[in-house]
Amino acid sequence: MSKPEDSPSQGTPSQGPKVAYMSGRDATAGGLAGVHQRLLLIPPYRLLAALLRRIGLTGHGLVIAVPYLWLLAFFLAPFLIVLKISFAEVIIAQPPYTPLFEFVEDGFISIKASLENYLFLLEDSLYWKSYLSSLRIALISTALALLLGYPIAYAMARAPKRWRFALLMMVILPFWTSFLIRVYAWIGILKKEGLLNLALIELGLISEPLTILNTDIAVFIGIVYSYLPFMVLPLYANLEKMDLSLLEAAADLGCRPAKAFWVITVPQSIPGIIAGCFLVFIPAVGEFVIPDLLGGSETLMIGKTLWSEFFNNRDWPLSSAVAVVLLLVLVIPIVLFQRMQERSAQAGG
Amino acid sequence: MNRLSLLASAFAVAALALPSGAAQAQSKVVHVYNWSDYIDETILEDFEKETGIKVVYDVYDSNDVLETKLLTGNSGYDVVVPSGTFLARQIQAGVYQKLDRSKLPNLPNMWGVVTDRTAKYDPGNAYSVNYMWGTTGFGYNEDMILERMPDAPVDSWRMIFDPDVVSKFADCGVHVLDASDELIPAALNYIGEDPDSQDPDVIRKAEDVLMAIRPHILKFHSSEYVNALPNGDICLALGWSGDVLQARDRAAEADNNIKINYVVPKEGALMWFDQMAIPKDAPHPEEAHIFVNYIMRPEVMAKASNVVYYANGNKASQEFLNEDVIGDLAIYPTPEAVASLYTTTPYAPRVQRVVTRLWTKVKSGQ
Repeated sequence: MSKPEDSPSQGTPSQGPKVAYMSGRDATAGGLAGVHQRLLLIPPYRLLAALLRRIGLTGHGLVIAVPYLWLLAFFLAPFLIVLKISFAEVIIAQPPYTPLFEFVEDGFISIKASLENYLFLLEDSLYWKSYLSSLRIALISTALALLLGYPIAYAMARAPKRWRFALLMMVILPFWTSFLIRVYAWIGILKKEGLLNLALIELGLISEPLTILNTDIAVFIGIVYSYLPFMVLPLYANLEKMDLSLLEAAADLGCRPAKAFWVITVPQSIPGIIAGCFLVFIPAVGEFVIPDLLGGSETLMIGKTLWSEFFNNRDWPLSSAVAVVLLLVLVIPIVLFQRMQERSAQAGG
Repeated sequence: MNRLSLLASAFAVAALALPSGAAQAQSKVVHVYNWSDYIDETILEDFEKETGIKVVYDVYDSNDVLETKLLTGNSGYDVVVPSGTFLARQIQAGVYQKLDRSKLPNLPNMWGVVTDRTAKYDPGNAYSVNYMWGTTGFGYNEDMILERMPDAPVDSWRMIFDPDVVSKFADCGVHVLDASDELIPAALNYIGEDPDSQDPDVIRKAEDVLMAIRPHILKFHSSEYVNALPNGDICLALGWSGDVLQARDRAAEADNNIKINYVVPKEGALMWFDQMAIPKDAPHPEEAHIFVNYIMRPEVMAKASNVVYYANGNKASQEFLNEDVIGDLAIYPTPEAVASLYTTTPYAPRVQRVVTRLWTKVKSGQ
């Protein structure tokens, strides 16, 4: 979701020239071209090269084609299948929905699309309530992750250079354990006789154990914990490359550190904030495991609603419609936001 | 239904699916997908030793998960064990192959009392063989319940469905199954309606019963109570007979002075059947028949029942059952008690929607 310029890696100086080298025409004329010439002696390669040239694909085009093919195969194709199912109707069969296209006897194809599933989503308040509740939980979690992640990223970026790698590892390290196990561990911490309640009672802060597990609070804790690295890493990458001389200049001109932070550091880090928020917000909206394990039966999230449509009702068409609408709910605001950003960047630059 | 088990089994399947293609050619294998905590594992070892067929054994704790895999097709399983109502719908969807009776010489071991009833789901028992059967009642912690209500109606569904009674136990923890197709019939049966009703207007009457007790229920879950009851984390659980009895045993083993009882309420309870069947697209139908036939051996079936405390549909196995299984009226009720049990039929898709919607409302309050 983040634009390439939002997430630079640490090795900027060495990477700059390298990129130029790779995309430069003369690069292909060097080693690669030699290999290409030699491979041309082999007939199948020659045939393939000729074929690709005919449809207008050169080596340069192929490099660009790879990510597009990836998106086509693993995003667009599955999405189209889901879209197709969302227009079908339920039947008791394997698979449990009607085909969209049917070959009729005289060589015609009949298309039978039903909008009923989408209309049903409007009919029952459960669905829009689930969407809204998911958005609410994701928004609050993202805000909490930002509040927590920004100071962490800031401290990491301003730490002495020799510590940074270790600090970075500490953020990444939890990923080496299964996500499921880490969420399960929170059950042990948050439950009534759990570590947190025991510790608080031991310290005399509370006398009765708090009910945290199976509430929305546990879901917030779970999401913030699980997605915090996605907030910290882009922020860190952004803050680390910030030009500190700007802060020195501000200090020289009599600006207090706190004010300098708000007028210089924060605006400079906006791309990092946006990237981090998207990386947390988008998966959090569709989150299913965390509300299921940590949330209560009253925690309404669209991921759980979709699960029960799919598994309990066996209504694949309706659950596909839920998924398509979820995608639209997420994609439209993001595209609009991106547009707005570009426009303001153009206006500003 | 535990969704995690879905994830776990999805990973397991992914891991298992990969090597199967290559291994198939060299050695014989059968892929079995059964309920969790539902077999004595030594049975699988014995089977492997005797037949040379490797068993790949995988588990689930919800019919819904099984059904979704079957309806997707190419599940890779050779033997699956759905409950009767689900089996009926899956047969209709064309998921299964007819059993080849010539390969099942142990069929005469089966018990007419059970096969007569399972024919309701699978006419002529053409597609399936009974594995085990049981009832859906409730289990309770004797001391915790009597301490809160000395005259608790422990033989009646009032324990669960009467808000005045169940509210007294809210502080010590009440679990109920997360299974709409069991809770709604139970609620209807409690108010004197037909538990097997397919009429949405009748089914909606269950909503009032369930909404009234919902504030006193700690959790809707289909397997956690097996541990939560013997640990003393909860004091009352609406659950499956064998699971509550396993909980009773775990409490006895832990020796923690917790006494668990299982009750088939006097108003009647659901009698359900889990049936072994072979999917149409099973990669190893030959080995699947050998496995099903092996399970129908009297000693083998008795061994499984002795461990999991569920009754089975195998008449010949009864002489090998332990006294605490065959002699326990909670497992093998008297013929008169069996008469008070009811069975259910699968819901049509439109009715199913009403049922699931009602269930979501009960669970989420929405």
